[in-house]
Amino acid sequence: MPKITYQDNEGNSKTIEVDKGLSVMEGAIQNDIPGIDADCGGSMACATCHVYVEEKWLDKLPKAEEAEIDMIDMAFEPKKNSRLSCQLIVSDELDGLKITTPSKQT
Amino acid sequence: MKKTDTIIIGAGPVGLFAVHQLGIKGLNSIVIDNLDKAGGQCIELYPDKPIYDIPAVPECTGQELTEKLLEQIKPFNTEFFLNERVEEVKKDKENWIVKTSNKNEFSSPNIIIAGGVGSFEPRKLSVKEAENFEDKFLFYAVKNKEQFKNKNISIFGGGDSALDWALELSKFSNISLIHRRDEFRGAPHTLSEIKKLEKEGKISLKTPCQLESIEGTEKIKSITIKYDNGKTEKIKTDVILSFFGLIMKLGPISEWGLNMNKKTIEVNSKNFETNKKGIFAVGDICVYPGKLKLILSGFHEVALASVECFKRARPNEKYRFEFTTSSKTIQQRLGKK
Repeated sequence: MPKITYQDNEGNSKTIEVDKGLSVMEGAIQNDIPGIDADCGGSMACATCHVYVEEKWLDKLPKAEEAEIDMIDMAFEPKKNSRLSCQLIVSDELDGLKITTPSKQT
Repeated sequence: MKKTDTIIIGAGPVGLFAVHQLGIKGLNSIVIDNLDKAGGQCIELYPDKPIYDIPAVPECTGQELTEKLLEQIKPFNTEFFLNERVEEVKKDKENWIVKTSNKNEFSSPNIIIAGGVGSFEPRKLSVKEAENFEDKFLFYAVKNKEQFKNKNISIFGGGDSALDWALELSKFSNISLIHRRDEFRGAPHTLSEIKKLEKEGKISLKTPCQLESIEGTEKIKSITIKYDNGKTEKIKTDVILSFFGLIMKLGPISEWGLNMNKKTIEVNSKNFETNKKGIFAVGDICVYPGKLKLILSGFHEVALASVECFKRARPNEKYRFEFTTSSKTIQQRLGKK
C-alpha cells in the first residue's frame, strides 16, 4: 500500500499506509490525522482539506482543475504548493508523498 | 414569544422536507437559517451543479431541488426566519425555548436541527490586526454602498463578488483590486469592464499578491501587500473589502449539551432524537452507525423524526400512520380536494 506522510505545521509527522483509490483527505480522516477538516466531504466545495504539497511532488501530481484552483483562493493562507487533499487520489505513483497541513483550516 | 409545534434549524433540503413531513401530520413549524435564503449548501455551494441521486429525479441542480421543495411545502404557509442564527437553546418544563441573533424567541416541544455542517460565515482575513477594524473599516459584505463613497478602497478576492463590487464602487471611489493570482474568475463582460477601467486608471489591479499587514490605530491608514516575488507595496487605504467566500462554522450548537462526535451530533436511528428529549438532529449534522451524508438519507431521517415530534406535540392524540395517496386528511392539509 502506498505510504503518505502527513506533517502538521509544527513539524510533527505521521506516515501511514493508505488504500489505493482513496483520497489523501480520506486517508487522513480514516486515520484520525488532525488538521484536515473536510467539511463538505470531498465535493470540492469548502477548502477545509487544504494542504501544502512537498515541492518535489508538485509536478508529479495530476494538475488541479479550475474548480480546485478557484476553491484554493478561498483557503486559509494559500501558497504555490497548495492543493485540496480531497482531489489527490492515492496510487502507486504517489507512494512516499508528503503533505503539510496549514496552521488552521478556517 | 412565538409558539410552534416544531422549530426547524436550517433551511437546506432536509430542513425543508421536515416542514412537509410535519405538515402532513398536522404539525406546524417555523424555520430559522443564517443565510438570506432557503436551500443551504444546495444554494450556497452548488446551485448549478447537477445532483444525480435524488430518487425518481434523474438529474437536477441544487437550485432546482430547492425550488421544488419550496413548492412542495407551500400549502403549509410556514414562516421562515432568515439571516438569523440560533444563539441559545434552553429548557422550560416540557418545552424548549430558542433565542436567535435577531432577538426572536420561540417555544416548542420539538427542535429539529438540520444544520448541515453549521452556519455559513464569511471567511475572514488572517492577519491579526484585521479584527480591530472589522465592521468599521473592514467589511466582508456590502450592505449599504453609500458609506463607501469617495474613499480609497482595497478589495481582496478574485471571484464574482470582488469583481462586481470593484466595478460598482469604482464609480465614486479609488479602487485597488488585490488577488493572489493573475487570473480573475468572473463573467467575461465584467472582466473586460475591469480591464477597461484599469486602463482609464480608475481601478488598479495588484496581482499576484496577498495581504501582509494593515497599518493604523483607530482608522486604517494603509495596507501592505506582498507580491509572490517577495516585493512589498504600501497602498493608501480607508476601507478594506474582503471576498474570500463562505466557510461553515458549527457555532453555538456545540454549547447546547448535546452529545457530539467531532462536528456531528449523535442520534439514535429509530427517531433521530439526540441525548436531549425533544431535540432531533437530521441530515449531514447527525451521526449514527452507518450514517451516509446524502440528501436522500436526510429525507428518511425527518420522516421518522416527525412521528416522535407528533407524539410530543400532541400527547393526548394517537398517531396514525397514513398514506398520502389515500388519506383524506392529508389531502386536505395539502389543499387538495
